[in-house]
Amino acid sequence: MSERMPVKFRGGGFAPTSKRGIGILVFVALIGFLEYGTRVGFISNLTMPRPSDVFSTFIDLWSSGLLWQHLAPSLMRLLVGASLGISAGIGIGVLVGLFSFIRAGLVPLVSALFPIPKIALLPLFVIWFGIDETSKYALIAFGTFTPTVVSTYGAVDNVDRSLIRMGQSFNLSWLSIVTKIVLPGAMPGILSGLRISLAIGIILLVAAEMLGAEYGIGAYILEAGSLYDLERLFTGVAILSVMGVTISAVVGLIEKRLLNWRV
Amino acid sequence: MDLFLENISHSYGETEVLQDISLSIPSGKILCIVGPSGCGKSTLLRLIGGLERPTSGQVIQLGSPPKDTINPLTYVFQDFALLPWRSVEKNISLVLEDHDIDRASRAEIITGVLARTKLTDFRKALPRQLSGGMKQRVALARALAVNPAVMLMDEPLSALDSQTRELLMDDLVSLWTRQPFTAVYVTHNLNEAVRLGHSIVVLSRRPGCIREIITIDKPLEEREVWDGELDQKQKYLWNLMREEAMAADQELLNV
Repeated sequence: MSERMPVKFRGGGFAPTSKRGIGILVFVALIGFLEYGTRVGFISNLTMPRPSDVFSTFIDLWSSGLLWQHLAPSLMRLLVGASLGISAGIGIGVLVGLFSFIRAGLVPLVSALFPIPKIALLPLFVIWFGIDETSKYALIAFGTFTPTVVSTYGAVDNVDRSLIRMGQSFNLSWLSIVTKIVLPGAMPGILSGLRISLAIGIILLVAAEMLGAEYGIGAYILEAGSLYDLERLFTGVAILSVMGVTISAVVGLIEKRLLNWRV
Repeated sequence: MDLFLENISHSYGETEVLQDISLSIPSGKILCIVGPSGCGKSTLLRLIGGLERPTSGQVIQLGSPPKDTINPLTYVFQDFALLPWRSVEKNISLVLEDHDIDRASRAEIITGVLARTKLTDFRKALPRQLSGGMKQRVALARALAVNPAVMLMDEPLSALDSQTRELLMDDLVSLWTRQPFTAVYVTHNLNEAVRLGHSIVVLSRRPGCIREIITIDKPLEEREVWDGELDQKQKYLWNLMREEAMAADQELLNV
C-alpha cells in the first residue's frame, strides 16, 4: 500500500557553466582525425591537405619572413577600417537611440544598407577612393558600421528607463544622464555587437584583399586558391581563424573589465 | 516649504486616473497616501515631483526650500533605482556630482548619510552584493544626501520581505525623530501607513479622488508593532477601502 519512493529529480539544466579545455579538445580531436585519415588514406590528399603539411607550410611562411609581410598590412587594414566603422556606428547608434527625429530618419536607411553585400560595392569604392588602401579601409568601415549601429541603438533602447527617471528626479543634466546612465547601461549590448561587427570586418578584409592587393592574408589565400595549393590555402584560412579567436578573446577581456558589475 | 495640490486631475488618453485632488502637504510631517491598486497613487506622486504633467490643476510650492537643499523634491523608488555599475558611495556621489560641491565636502556628505543609514561598512560594495533591504537603505542615503525639502516615497518597502520591512520602518522612524523631514509616502500597506503617517489620505478607486483624510496624533516613536490604537485605525482604514479594493480587483483592464 504505502510504497516508499524517492521523488524524481526533474530540475537542473538550462544554465550554461564554463567548462575549461573542452573547446581545445574539439580542435585537437578534429585535427587528429584529419591527420589520421590522410595518413591511412581514407581521406585523399585532394580532398583535404594533411594538417602536419599545413603546419610545416606555416613554419616555412614564418621562417621566410613572408608571414609578417602578409599579416602586417592585413592587421593595419582591419584596425583602421574597423575603428572607423565601429566608432561611427556607436556614435550614430547612440544618436538614433536618443533622438526620435534621427531615429525616424536613419533607421529605414540603415535597414536598407544592412542587407547589401558590401563586397558587391567594392568596385564602387575603388572608383571613389582609388585602388590603394583607402578603398579597403572604406569597405571594412562600411561593413562594420551597419551592424554596430543596429546593436548600439538596440542596447540604448534596453537601458532601464527607471534609472533614467531616477536621474531626472535628481536633476542630473542631460549630458550626465547620457554619459553616466545611458552609455554604461548600453555597454553590454554594444560589446556583444562588437563581436559580430569584428567578425564581419575580417570577412570583408579578405574580400577587399582579393581585389588588388599585393600583400595581405586575402591576397595570399587568393594566390594559393588559384594554384590549387591546398596546404597554403589552409594555412591562410587557419590564420584567419586564429585572428577571429584572438579578437573574440580580446572582446571577452574587455567585457570582463568593463562589466564586472554584472551578476 | 509647503506644497499644495490644486484641483489636480489626470487622465491617460480616455482613462481618467485622478479627479480633482486638492491637498496640502505640511512641512515636517509624513503624509501617507493609501488606496486600492490602480487608483493612481503612484501617478499622483509623479505629478507632485514634476516627473509627469497633470492634465489639469497644478502643484504649488509655497516658500523656498532651505538654503542647503540640493534637490528639493527627491524620490525614493520602489525598485531602488541604483546604478548596478557604481558602488554604494559612487551611487550617492552621482547625485552630488552635477552640483557645485567640492570633492572634500562631497566625501563628507557621503560619510554622513552612510553613517545615518548604517551603511558605513558597505561603502565600496556593488548593488548586486547587497540584500533588498540594504539596497533600499542605499537609496534612502542617496535621497538624504541631497537634503531634500520633501521626500517623495513610492512604495519604498513593497519590494522587501516583511521582516526587512519592519527593520526599515524602525530606521525611518528613528531618522525622522532625530531630524524631522517632510515626506509623501505612497503605499498599499495599511500597517505602514498607520506606523509612519502623521496623516493618511485615502483615495477611492479609479478615477482616484480623496475619500477621507485621517490624522494620527500619537508620536511616531511611541507607535509599536502591536498597538491597540493603531490596530483600530488600521481596521477603520480597511473597512473604508474593502469594498473598493474588491471592486478594483475584479475590474477588467483595458490597456
